[in-house]
Amino acid sequence: MDINELFKLSYRAINANKLRSFLTMLGIVIGVFAIILLVSIGTGLQTFITNQIAGLGSNLIFVIPGRIGGARTPGGVVSNKLVVTDAKTLQLKLKDQASVAPVVQQITTVKYENKADKETTVFGTTANYPKVVQNAIIGQGRFFSQSQEQSGARSAVIGQTVLNNLFPSQNPIGKRFFIGNNIYTVTGVINKRGAVFGADQDNVVIIPLSSAQRQFGLTHVNTIFISVNSPSLVPRVKDQTQKILLKHLTEDDFTLQTAESTLSIVSNITNILSIALGGIAAISLLVGGIGVANIMLVSVTERTREIGLRKALGAKRSDILKQFLLEAVILSLTGGIIGIIAGLLGSLILAKILVSQVTLWSVFIAFGFSVVVGIVFGMAPAIRASKLSPIEALRYE
Amino acid sequence: MKPNLIRLENVTKDYHFGDLTVKVLKGISLKIAEGESVAIMGRSGSGKSTLMNILGLLDTPTSGTYFLGKTNISRFKEDELSFLRNKKIGFVFQSFNLLPRATILENVVLPGIYAGKSPKDRENTATSILEKIGLSEHINKRPNQLSGGQQQRVAIARALMNNPDLILADEPTGNLDTKSGQDVIEVLKNLNKQGRTIVTITHEKDIARQADRIIKLTDGKIE
Repeated sequence: MDINELFKLSYRAINANKLRSFLTMLGIVIGVFAIILLVSIGTGLQTFITNQIAGLGSNLIFVIPGRIGGARTPGGVVSNKLVVTDAKTLQLKLKDQASVAPVVQQITTVKYENKADKETTVFGTTANYPKVVQNAIIGQGRFFSQSQEQSGARSAVIGQTVLNNLFPSQNPIGKRFFIGNNIYTVTGVINKRGAVFGADQDNVVIIPLSSAQRQFGLTHVNTIFISVNSPSLVPRVKDQTQKILLKHLTEDDFTLQTAESTLSIVSNITNILSIALGGIAAISLLVGGIGVANIMLVSVTERTREIGLRKALGAKRSDILKQFLLEAVILSLTGGIIGIIAGLLGSLILAKILVSQVTLWSVFIAFGFSVVVGIVFGMAPAIRASKLSPIEALRYE
Repeated sequence: MKPNLIRLENVTKDYHFGDLTVKVLKGISLKIAEGESVAIMGRSGSGKSTLMNILGLLDTPTSGTYFLGKTNISRFKEDELSFLRNKKIGFVFQSFNLLPRATILENVVLPGIYAGKSPKDRENTATSILEKIGLSEHINKRPNQLSGGQQQRVAIARALMNNPDLILADEPTGNLDTKSGQDVIEVLKNLNKQGRTIVTITHEKDIARQADRIIKLTDGKIE
């Protein structure tokens, strides 16, 4: 039996029960759509976070309090033993190879005239912060100087969110506003940095370290950023930092991370996320496949007489098998193609609101899956049809 | 004397239902010569449907031998039987068994598809058969647009598609009124006159009488 004839038969059978065929396909459409969309979200998230971290620079080491990773990760709240003097010691000992910027952090209210924001993060840091942290780019005005920092000047650099909230459509440079109860003067604005995991990196105010310590009574640092002069020195500086800090701290008190080590952690997490999302979607494709098998069984039963007639007229088992298998494959393949198109469109739309990035492998996998589903779930009904005895089948009412 | 097209020697057929064995054919021996027209008669339960299934290669005997032409097909496998059925036998059923969604032409062409004929070849053959049988104006209609008699003539056209040695008609007039039933019988008689072997299974005496020879079947044996 030639292939054209087989396709004609399948087309006719599918076309004869339009609604039924459509509903059967819908199961596959939804499965494939879900796989592509969810994998796109996973991948999009990964790319986004990776870019955010890479934006910090490949020569960056950061020290954070407490132990993260490793076998003895303590549970619960870790008391912060990392202090400002540690950063000063590091700067002193590493000064030929790196620059060090400690950051203290406090969430407080900022106010200008009648406008306020209660959830703004205040960073206290040193004047070299923009050089150390590469994604802190001063777009307008300037960062505070070293002398301003040392004298505890009341100058502040604001993020885009603060700019929009407090100084909408105004030039903020030179404006005086409240951080908590003290008045600061805006000296600069940082370019937009975006949000990571819903945390707005632009709702920040950066002030001199000494000012922050004095105003909020902070002695412990949240992060010490160490920008190494050349990426090749990163491992050596990391070792030295470790030794210096271990002189009065234990291994449980701090964690050293580089952009690279953070990236590998993040990509592990997001890979697992992508696979988990894809796996959940694959279940719905499986359910769609069961729908195909179900409807093919109905179709075989309905067409028992036709099968008997075809056999009487000379159809071999393989002819009948091919006929029903092809019908199942066309059903699931058409569903798969519609699902792929819907998934691509969905990802494109989603990319505008959320993060989403289409990966070619997910399209191939979805396509392959829908063919496999058609073959696997079409096989049992097709075998059943091919095994019907022509006598029994012709007698069937 | 013409050579035999069909030769059955002591053919039996048993059916098993669990432990129960039902002997439906109890040793049938018969010969049908090429070009002969034979009617097989019998009541329901006489085994005539089973005999027709065996003659039509839809079933195999439990014991005994069946020669179709010079070939002993008693032990043929399912796909070998399909192949022979396709080439050698044309079926006409009581309930026509046309595919409702296919056109008349597509219905007639069907055995040609399984014979592996090219689309052009099989359409030409089908068209010329339909022409001879007087249905050429209906080739693009669906079966339900035709009368019962016309539908049965389409079925005969389909049976002729692969130019078979034997036409096997199972109660061909059973679903038709007397007039169109007789028309169908005339078509079959005409084919016989042209040299085609016809075996008709029927319980109607009027139909059986029009054959060259009547074989009566009672309780699984020839009378």
